Amino acid sequence: MNTHTLSVLVENKPGVLARIAGLFARRGYNIESLAVGPTENEEFSRITVQVAVDSQLVLEQIVKQLNKLVEVLKIVELEDLAAVRRELMLIKVKADPATRSQIIEIVQLFRGKTVDVHNDSMTIEATGSPDKLEALLEMLKPYGVRELVQSGLVALARGGRSLSDRAKIEKTRPAAWPA
Amino acid sequence: MAGESTTILTGAQALVESLERVGVEVVFGIPGGAILPAYDPLYDSKIRHILVRHEQGAGHAAEGYAMVTGRVGVCIATSGPGATNLVTAIADAYMDSVPIVAITGQVASKSIGTDAFQEADIRGITFPITKHSFLVTDAADIPHAIAAAFHIAGTGRPGPVLVDIAKDALASSAPFTWPEELDLPGYHPVAKPHSKQLREAARLIGEARRPVLYVGGGVVKAQAYEALAELVRITNIPVVTTLMARGAFPDSHALNMGMPGMHGTVAAVGALQRSDLLITLGARFDDRVTGKLDTFAPDAKVIHADIDPAEISKNRVADVPIVGHLGEVIAELNTLLRGADLPDYGEWTRYLSSLRGKYVLDPEPMDGDLLSPEYVIKRIGEIAGPDATFVTGVGQHQMWSAHLLPHERPQRWLNSGGAGTMGYCVPAAMGAQVGRPGEVVWGIDGDGCFQMTNQELVTCALEGIPIKIAVINNRSLGMVRQWQTLFYGERYSNTNLQSHRVPDFPKLAEAMGAVGLRAETPEEVDAVIAQAMEINDRPVVVEFVVHKDAMVWPMVAAGTSNDDIKIARDLAPDWEGEDL
Repeated sequence: MNTHTLSVLVENKPGVLARIAGLFARRGYNIESLAVGPTENEEFSRITVQVAVDSQLVLEQIVKQLNKLVEVLKIVELEDLAAVRRELMLIKVKADPATRSQIIEIVQLFRGKTVDVHNDSMTIEATGSPDKLEALLEMLKPYGVRELVQSGLVALARGGRSLSDRAKIEKTRPAAWPA
Repeated sequence: MAGESTTILTGAQALVESLERVGVEVVFGIPGGAILPAYDPLYDSKIRHILVRHEQGAGHAAEGYAMVTGRVGVCIATSGPGATNLVTAIADAYMDSVPIVAITGQVASKSIGTDAFQEADIRGITFPITKHSFLVTDAADIPHAIAAAFHIAGTGRPGPVLVDIAKDALASSAPFTWPEELDLPGYHPVAKPHSKQLREAARLIGEARRPVLYVGGGVVKAQAYEALAELVRITNIPVVTTLMARGAFPDSHALNMGMPGMHGTVAAVGALQRSDLLITLGARFDDRVTGKLDTFAPDAKVIHADIDPAEISKNRVADVPIVGHLGEVIAELNTLLRGADLPDYGEWTRYLSSLRGKYVLDPEPMDGDLLSPEYVIKRIGEIAGPDATFVTGVGQHQMWSAHLLPHERPQRWLNSGGAGTMGYCVPAAMGAQVGRPGEVVWGIDGDGCFQMTNQELVTCALEGIPIKIAVINNRSLGMVRQWQTLFYGERYSNTNLQSHRVPDFPKLAEAMGAVGLRAETPEEVDAVIAQAMEINDRPVVVEFVVHKDAMVWPMVAAGTSNDDIKIARDLAPDWEGEDL
């Protein structure tokens, strides 16, 4: 299985996410991560979805099926090197006075932040690529991870163009209706 | 945008006005609470509303109407159970790419999500089986939703579109603005094929020795049959027409090898299996055609033309993908191939013709002391002739009809192919007759199918829709029984409908305002068909009491290779000329 990242520009309308999630479910495609949010244009939302596929043909089929959804405007695959990719992780880790400073040091190395402290725990916020977050997590595990929450991956292609530049956004003039 | 936008209309009036503007002539439906406001202005409209007896009937009737007219069919239902009763027909239209618009009432927008009386999330329920859908909660949005729904249903790969309208949107008022342009930024079906791919296709055709035109329902939807006939004239390449494409190319033509697939002809299945080039036009490599996919047409390169890019390389990888409207695709191919120096496919077509000549389905009238169902269907076709429109249910009678009726003209063959919906026949025939008033429409149905939707005969009787329905009564769920015979050791678990005189089909027909007839001998067969052909002021139901052990042959057992096709139980065809 290979993981691919698709960036999907959709109309910002109720039900769009349900259509996309339903399409993945009924055609048996595997979603590894999903992130949805607004874009620079309030009419559109952007979905970043990571899919695991057996072959390029399956990926092609996913893209084609997504494209058939009327509310999907544009889909691009974001290759690893040609995109900036970020996830957000919040980690609640056990921390007593003895270990607290060690943990803070690790967090600083990963350019994370401490966002909450208690007698026996602290909560760390970290963003970065999936690899970086995984490395941070490995470092924190020995102290005892009590709770963890992670966002889906969001990604932007490098370079000056935007996804909506690449979408063909225009009105449709229907052919004459039958008399 | 529209200049006449100052009129204030209720949502219901806007709905009817919009339906009139998109050219709707007829709708099939049943009113109910949530859709009730729409029925008031509909009462005054020039649109004909046909009051069906079950919403599934409305859906299939809309399909039947769409199939014969090429227009978008319309069905209307209320919220909740009214809407869910449409689901089967919507799924059917989705599988067979039939353009319909389903309009459903929804509970008032404030009540959505509260489990209100007759509330069902019909849009959510139908997400997987619609091309698109709308939930309208504001009267002002109705004109655009209707215009967009009809545009989407009828363009690109056709399909069903649902418009769910909240009751308060129908009841409240808003300025009526008819959209000259549609706001559908994600919908751009590709019509024009890529010229490079077309040239590549032409090149492969020029190099092939055993090419086959694998023609599917897309050719019928695109009304590209004249271009197809021209393509055959230019190239002399043999043709197979799938279940959805029967009639797209005349069966009587020497190069038509018939229907491929699980119950295909030996010639058609053999043509695909031995081909070195499939020229696939609007077909989708359905499992009922390919059999076991990795042994399907093992030596063939594939040209695949379809308006839906997602069909290409979905099941079988295409060597030459062509996305476009088949009318344009085939016309452009004709331009490229006309006058080209093409190989002589004579040896190949002679081989296939020999298969076609050797394995002919020619049923005897009787099987023991009962009629043979194949004979009955063949006689209906012979007497009604190729100008009649034929509609079937699903099962053995459907397969025999696919083989034995006179498939000479396009858009005269309606059946439920992808979904395999038992109960399709009667309501779809009703819709077809409405689309073709004054013409002969024959429904050929099984006793099982008929008992699912026959209530629409009441609609036909009262609305003056004189369809003719043949009930091929073998007193069982014949196709399932056939599988039990072949694969379940003749253990006939729950396939015996016991429908010998219960119901009494002619009496049932009479009770519904139709003429009821019955035939049990070959002489009666011709007599009742002739009698039915004379009746044009009422629907007619003819029961043909037939043998229950008849089986559909040839057959490729499910999940096996097409190479293992049998022409009768345990009997393989003789593939003479195997060395081709």
